[in-house]
Amino acid sequence: MTRGIAGIAGYVPYRRLQRAEVARLFGTGGGRGARSVASHDEDTTTMGVEAARLALKAVPGAAPGAVWLATATPAYLDKTNAATVHAALRLPSDVAAYDFGGALRSGAGALRTALGAPGSGTTLVVTADLRDGLPTSADESAGGDGAAAVLVADDSPGTPLLAEYLGGASVSDEFVDRWRPAGERRSRTWEERFGETRYVPLGAEAWEAGLKAAGLTPGEVDRVAVTGMHGRAAKAVARALGVRDGALADDLSTTVGQTGTAHPLLVLAAMVEEAGPGEVVAVLSLADGADLLCFRTTEARAAWTPAETVADQVAAGADLPYGKFLSWRGMVTPEPPRRPEPPRVSSSAAGRNEAWKFGFVGSEDRSTGAVHLPPSRVSMRGGAVDDMAPVARADAVGTIATYTVDRLAYSPSPPIVFAVLDFEGGGRFPVELTDVDPEAVSIGDRVVMTFRRLYTADGIHDYFWKARPARTPAGDG
Amino acid sequence: MASHGIKDRVAIVGMGCTRFAEHWDKGLDDLIVDAATETFASAGVTKDEVDAFWFGTAQSGMSGITLARPLQLEGKPVTRVENYCTTGSEALRAAAYAVASGAYDVAMAVGAEKVKDSGYQGLNAFPIPNDGTARTLTAAAMFSMVAPAYAKKYGVDEDELAGVLARISWKNHQNGARNPRAQFRKEVSVETICASPRVAGRLGVFDCAGVADGAAAAIVVRAEDAHRYTDRPLYIKALSFAAGSGSGLIDPDYDYTWFPECARAADDAYAQAGITDPRAQLAMAEVHDCFTPTELVLMEDLGFAERGTAWKEVLAGTFDRTGPLPVNPDGGLKSFGHPVGASGLRMFFETWLQLRGEATPERQIETDRTLALTHNLGGYPGEMVAFVSVVGTELG
Repeated sequence: MTRGIAGIAGYVPYRRLQRAEVARLFGTGGGRGARSVASHDEDTTTMGVEAARLALKAVPGAAPGAVWLATATPAYLDKTNAATVHAALRLPSDVAAYDFGGALRSGAGALRTALGAPGSGTTLVVTADLRDGLPTSADESAGGDGAAAVLVADDSPGTPLLAEYLGGASVSDEFVDRWRPAGERRSRTWEERFGETRYVPLGAEAWEAGLKAAGLTPGEVDRVAVTGMHGRAAKAVARALGVRDGALADDLSTTVGQTGTAHPLLVLAAMVEEAGPGEVVAVLSLADGADLLCFRTTEARAAWTPAETVADQVAAGADLPYGKFLSWRGMVTPEPPRRPEPPRVSSSAAGRNEAWKFGFVGSEDRSTGAVHLPPSRVSMRGGAVDDMAPVARADAVGTIATYTVDRLAYSPSPPIVFAVLDFEGGGRFPVELTDVDPEAVSIGDRVVMTFRRLYTADGIHDYFWKARPARTPAGDG
Repeated sequence: MASHGIKDRVAIVGMGCTRFAEHWDKGLDDLIVDAATETFASAGVTKDEVDAFWFGTAQSGMSGITLARPLQLEGKPVTRVENYCTTGSEALRAAAYAVASGAYDVAMAVGAEKVKDSGYQGLNAFPIPNDGTARTLTAAAMFSMVAPAYAKKYGVDEDELAGVLARISWKNHQNGARNPRAQFRKEVSVETICASPRVAGRLGVFDCAGVADGAAAAIVVRAEDAHRYTDRPLYIKALSFAAGSGSGLIDPDYDYTWFPECARAADDAYAQAGITDPRAQLAMAEVHDCFTPTELVLMEDLGFAERGTAWKEVLAGTFDRTGPLPVNPDGGLKSFGHPVGASGLRMFFETWLQLRGEATPERQIETDRTLALTHNLGGYPGEMVAFVSVVGTELG
């Protein structure tokens, strides 16, 4: 049975830190290029939701039987973060939601596990990561934030494969090159040379074994990327692959940075988006061993239009001052607004209102068509009682009817930009805007909904929807 | 379905009002005792002669005990009232209806709020456990959306409209400067108002009401008994209240240029009082100027100006203290600040002074009209409660 990729997307957050900004402040650190920066209202769960939404949007009728979320920087421990992704995607309750967590390798591992189980149904593999380190550290500059999602399925008329899984290999080894004690923010690394001496042979071993398993020679590989937090080792492995000139793909290190758990899938998404039908695409991930995954794009690739390509998202980014980056990452603490912090979310209220809070599902009066956001039992027009149908607006384009900038309200990153939206298909909702410059907002602007973390109180994250400008050519509707 | 009103059946026979200020040295109990003591003296009664009490506070305390304890009321019916920023008006409405019904001879409404003990700027709502999806905007931000919507609808340049709003603020500070009970007693130039730091949208600090502690109170009796207590009672002509359904927030037809709840309450109040031309019949109006665009739009909602023309009337000085219809001659929320539970009764207090000729001479309105209006709102554009009253010195 042929198994492979039925849908795929990457998510690159809007903000960029120019690495030169680090040296400008500290006199040291930084480097060339830029890294992606998750907004203050994003975490691995919300970025995973965005990647998953993009992946599913381009595959009409996709019905995953399971959603897996892999990250080394989960929003919660103990509690399953994939359940939040599941709710935001409005998946039925019989869809399993599992976290793969802790180690950077869990992203590649989750994807390989899903690919290696033909007949196990359709699985949405979501990976996300937030990478940083202390100011001026190599991790701060080399790291990036992002997510990727791959819809793994058996080939079928309903879910034609964009890329068929040809095979791969995994090799494992125990050595301490990079580690982070449980509960700590900062990763630590051993002397760089030591890791390199382990990763280079591990990468070569996986490359050789994986190509053999896939029935390929290096010369038959059209696109390949080597990923890993050990940048020097990844470059050395890439140099030794023996592939044709031009086959080595951009690993996004100069524009996005290494997004850790998410990175193998993020570069895979970028490669599949750029590949034509019939190309061999491979990704080799170095993390406590090495994983090689090989694919061949199919004829169905030609009929597939990505919702928003990684390249478009990379190009649409906007710079963030280094000070904002440091405050968003909790490295510095600016004076908060002189307003009370919000109270923790009521779990029981959130649970009752799951479809609204996580799915942005309102209600539509069957007799008058009036759309209610949030859902209402009694109609605002005509007063019909309990005669409503659920109506989802998370994927609807909104138009700004009016807006304001609140410089006094509590926000983890003031000011709050707030707009009254009218949705295509009906419905009005006043909502916070994000990934936006206050000066750039106008009445009549088109915006799309995005799943965000509003704040955290008593350790409970308040997830809900905001709106952001529609930016990329394909991202508008 | 009917709104009959209680025109001329109930009279206010005594009132009191503290200075509104940052009363760092006074607690809620002090404010209550001060306002109540002044009011008992004003009506010439003791607390034992009052049969029932309604106490308005938004969030300075719960239950009637919050009033009964500081005043040491023993066994009286004391009810705490809350209805957003109309809380003070709502207390008087309840007391007046209680007297009109015949249930009591003498009833008292007390409104008080101790805002400045929170340690934060502005007003901050009581957190009620919720699902975390509700807006967390300030009131300033919600009302700031009115100005650009109004400018767009009526073709007013936004910079020109900013000047109109500044003039409203200027006017209310002019009036407040002449009022010993106001929080802010300085005139402020239009230039200073326009240059003040932005708070939300284009609204600056001087477009916003202040924040203060305060208390005010009134004693009401049946109209036929009024002259037992005072030679110059204020007869209640209308008490109207409208709560919106909140649908303005989610209804694409709402355009943020008016407050339907306020227009509805005004229509009802005028019907109760028999007023056909408020601009020509009213001696003055106290309105809820929480933010300058609010007062602008209210001039139209209350029928003082045609739709789309209030901005011109403001510039023409129509609502100045010496204009054809003085609005907020006491300085309004702008000069008084907004101790939520007290504000509605503070508005009544100004009608009590002005219609009886007891305002300080430098702000006493010269008029032969005998009717005055108070307007009090709570909530936000799209989700609002609105109160309108009319009082007068003559029966009939």
